[in-house]
Amino acid sequence: MRDFSYLRASSADEARQASLQAGSVLLAGGTTLLDLAKCGVMEPETVIDITHLSGLGEITVDAGGARIGALAKMGQVADHAGIRAAFPAISESLSLAASAQIRNMATIGGNLLQRTRCSYFREPDVFPACHKRNPGAGCSAIGGVTRNHAVLGTSDTCIASYPGDLAVALVAFDAVVELGGRTVSVEDFFLLPGNTPERETTLQRGEMITAITVPASAAPKNSTYLKVRDRQSYEFAAASAAVGLEFETDGRTVRDIRVALGGVATKPWRARNVERALVGKILSLETVEAASRLAMEGAVSHGANYYKIELAPRVVARAILKVGGLA
Amino acid sequence: MTIMEPRKHGDASDGTVGGRQTRFEGNLKVTGGATYALEYPVEGLAYAILVQSTIPAGRVVRVDTEKALAAPGVLMVLTPDDDLGLLVASDWGGNRPDNQPYYPLPRQVQYNGQSIAAVVAESREQAVEAANLICITYEKAPHVATFNDAAAGEGKVMDNLTSGWGDAEAALAAAPVQIEGEYSTPREYHVAMEPHGLTVKWDGDRITVWEPSQWSHGMARSYSEWFGIPYENVHLVSPFIGGGFGSKGAALAHGAVAAFAARKLGRPVKLALTRPQNFTNYGGRAATRQTIKIGATEDGILQAIVHRGASETSTYADWPEQTGSATPILYRIENFSSQHRVVPVNTVTPGALRGPGKNPSAFGIESAMEELAYKLGMDPLELRLKNYADHDYQSGKPWSTRRLREALTEGAEAFGWSKRSHEPRSMRDGKTLIGWGIGCGTFPVIQAPSEAMIRILGNGRVEVVSGAIDMGQGTYTILAQTAAEVFGIPVDQVEVHLGDSRLPGSAIAGGSMLAGSILGAVHKAATAARDELIGLALNDEKSPLRDTGANTLTFSGGRIAAPRDQGPSLTLSELMAALGRDEIEVLRNTLPDGATAQEQHQAWTSMAKVQGPTMGEYSMHSWCAHFAEVRVDEDFGTVRVSRIVSAFDCGRLYNPRLVESQWRGGIIMGIGQALLEEGLVDQRNGRTVNNNMGDYLVPTNADVPHIEVISVGIPDYGASALGGKGVGEVGIVGVAPAIANAVFHATGKRVRDLPITLEKLI
Repeated sequence: MRDFSYLRASSADEARQASLQAGSVLLAGGTTLLDLAKCGVMEPETVIDITHLSGLGEITVDAGGARIGALAKMGQVADHAGIRAAFPAISESLSLAASAQIRNMATIGGNLLQRTRCSYFREPDVFPACHKRNPGAGCSAIGGVTRNHAVLGTSDTCIASYPGDLAVALVAFDAVVELGGRTVSVEDFFLLPGNTPERETTLQRGEMITAITVPASAAPKNSTYLKVRDRQSYEFAAASAAVGLEFETDGRTVRDIRVALGGVATKPWRARNVERALVGKILSLETVEAASRLAMEGAVSHGANYYKIELAPRVVARAILKVGGLA
Repeated sequence: MTIMEPRKHGDASDGTVGGRQTRFEGNLKVTGGATYALEYPVEGLAYAILVQSTIPAGRVVRVDTEKALAAPGVLMVLTPDDDLGLLVASDWGGNRPDNQPYYPLPRQVQYNGQSIAAVVAESREQAVEAANLICITYEKAPHVATFNDAAAGEGKVMDNLTSGWGDAEAALAAAPVQIEGEYSTPREYHVAMEPHGLTVKWDGDRITVWEPSQWSHGMARSYSEWFGIPYENVHLVSPFIGGGFGSKGAALAHGAVAAFAARKLGRPVKLALTRPQNFTNYGGRAATRQTIKIGATEDGILQAIVHRGASETSTYADWPEQTGSATPILYRIENFSSQHRVVPVNTVTPGALRGPGKNPSAFGIESAMEELAYKLGMDPLELRLKNYADHDYQSGKPWSTRRLREALTEGAEAFGWSKRSHEPRSMRDGKTLIGWGIGCGTFPVIQAPSEAMIRILGNGRVEVVSGAIDMGQGTYTILAQTAAEVFGIPVDQVEVHLGDSRLPGSAIAGGSMLAGSILGAVHKAATAARDELIGLALNDEKSPLRDTGANTLTFSGGRIAAPRDQGPSLTLSELMAALGRDEIEVLRNTLPDGATAQEQHQAWTSMAKVQGPTMGEYSMHSWCAHFAEVRVDEDFGTVRVSRIVSAFDCGRLYNPRLVESQWRGGIIMGIGQALLEEGLVDQRNGRTVNNNMGDYLVPTNADVPHIEVISVGIPDYGASALGGKGVGEVGIVGVAPAIANAVFHATGKRVRDLPITLEKLI
């Protein structure tokens, strides 16, 4: 591990200022930073410690929605009564993620910024070719072991999947990231790899996530996060879905529906085509299954990840049926 | 039938052999008081880190060490250019070539992840950083990533694993009912929580090695032979191990590198493998595949089994993962043929992982038996009982004991097997398909001579002293129980010293052989020490028991007395004080009388004296039958094991609590093997890419259902001096096929290649 200098920021402004410098990185929960530093993927020159900054860890929920401070811990948000009542999918996405130990350390801001679990990204000495780490170097994953790689949003330069759960739920419910001076929707915050897979978000040098806000409405209140994986606990999703649903007063016609997918795409994936196919329709097994298949429009498999194209629509369908009271 | 329910402390039988004594060293472990190899506080440590190949085959042409040597804190860089001056050590059998040089950092690259250089620095972080600065130039050679590559070929037949009797091919052809299947298992890894590594320190030509070990004496021998120093000059210390599962039985290249560096630098060195290096620096279970053909009559009587298996090995050594090892002994079979090949590929040589051979072998035969049962339309339990082997058809010998019938019937009863519906997909709960399956397992009883010392101290405490290893399986506890029983004292009056090559020699903690081997030695030494004390007590003129007229003494409830209470009763310390003795020390071993010092050394440091399961008049094995229930989501293909009942015949249980724990541990590993574990190899460069615990999955607590274990064994004094058979490995054998069979019953899909991941079911 390379030597680095350590700066304990006394304010958010100082942290932002310090992070303008190339080679600097913010330290919050440290669960990603430490992991990737050990792998040799992150080699920071300066670590700016923001763990102790006050005012960045608060969680408030009111009629308008929720505001989650960037330094709130995953576990705190998962267990927050207001979040559980107004945004069950957000709570569930967190409690189904990582392990209890990690949830007690990792922060919400850091959670959004977690990096892919692509094996080729994580072993720089063995696989130097990785556009994400080293633009222009090639992609080792294409043609390699791809069981966990993305089928949606991939490009010729990168097929790494976004591994997180929380961001999937946030994207479904139009959450917004506060970056100090500006705000951006979580959906736009994450970038497709395209020809610049090294750029994963719109976060600029010198910016810091300070909070996430999520507007309240009926759909997120009636929501769920369904995560499918081989291991019962502590595994990234083979496929997951965050779904929220609001019926018309007849109790069967869809007024509002939100669908987002995880584990299958290069970024947290909002499936608006599925939503459009169901709004105004009477919810039934047939309509849900047909609509769910639209989620895989444009999907491309790269060998061993072929199964996700079959699996993901089933996960979406089950989640919709569940919040619709049909499963 | 004894159903093992957890019981509280303080049972009257806790302190004797067969009692449910809790872990003797448990308190130390859970309070952090147990010191592990990488934690020894040695002054002046330097830190070593290995640099490994990133190509699968070729030659190291050049190692550029300039930048690394100039990096802060770097003390030394070792490469294939350095002659370490080491000699090859003996193999497992104790055979050793004369004066053959040993290169732990070889120039020839034979697999991806092979150690080829090392950096030693003032701190581990500095060593890691300098290691990144080393630039290696290779001359690449063609490679074979796995035995599924076309270039791998068929491999070579292992003649010693070719077995057969009757005329299997003819009987198969004539059989009215036939099935055939190909079954495969992937590379699997030990993933012990404690990584491999060591702390090593020289003092002149004497060396102390703190290293997790399943075999302190065998590993000490390797160090002495590598460095050309007397065996007595090596002190290998390993009182606690954070899991071995077969991986910590031999000294490995990284040990030689660290010890060399320590000697050259004249200061102690610590070397810990990184987690990815734990996937390549030593071998896990080899990938296997096997074809099984069974012929049977219409009413399910087996006529023939034809087995052809293969496993991966490295390009530089043959390690056969014996796919045909359980096949010939599980059932009554008059016509049998088995052959096993090894296929060299560019991997580290595979090694022993819990239940070697028997484990993949049972996956094959136990899956095939259920396929046959379905072909016949017969209950798989009935088919197994119908073909029960009344003796060992392979060796022709009678079983010492074999309670597999009881395991099957009592396991079935506890599981509720009779309520099963035969048809696949016939049991469900909404979207969840439910299935039940059986898998039988076996593991041979093997033994090695061992030695133990007993010391009766003046303060009334009794010490058990042995170089044997406790890697969590309970050696401390059962040895304390053995001594406590012999001397009629509470367990807390016994001290046990283990895990040190300077202590009396012992069988390896492997092959499920340690308990049976070392208990015999401890019991013999303790009985001899007690006899010596009795002799003194009855004859020494200072003894208060001298005039009782008794010709023996009883040891019970912490007191020593004449058999009919003639005269006084004394505690051990009172008697020792009366005799004026500070200590009575007795050393005994289980070698034949008159074994020479050289024979003793050979016995403790090689496998040369190991007794196989059929070397005597009996065929000796542990047996088990697993009953598994799975719940499979029919849309997602996810399999959850919801219930397991396993019945075991392991003979007499020296400590049922710890045995149950071992069985459960094996079953849990079996769940991982069935559903999760698989080394994923990149065909392009032979790299195992999921070489970390985030990506190589083993079961979490959430994956572990209620597991009920039942003992149906009876003491087997043909198998061991105290009647026990091996317990450590048999628990995993048969679990994977039980789960695969349950998955078939649930879904109607037969998965013949492990693990059963969700994409195989959707």
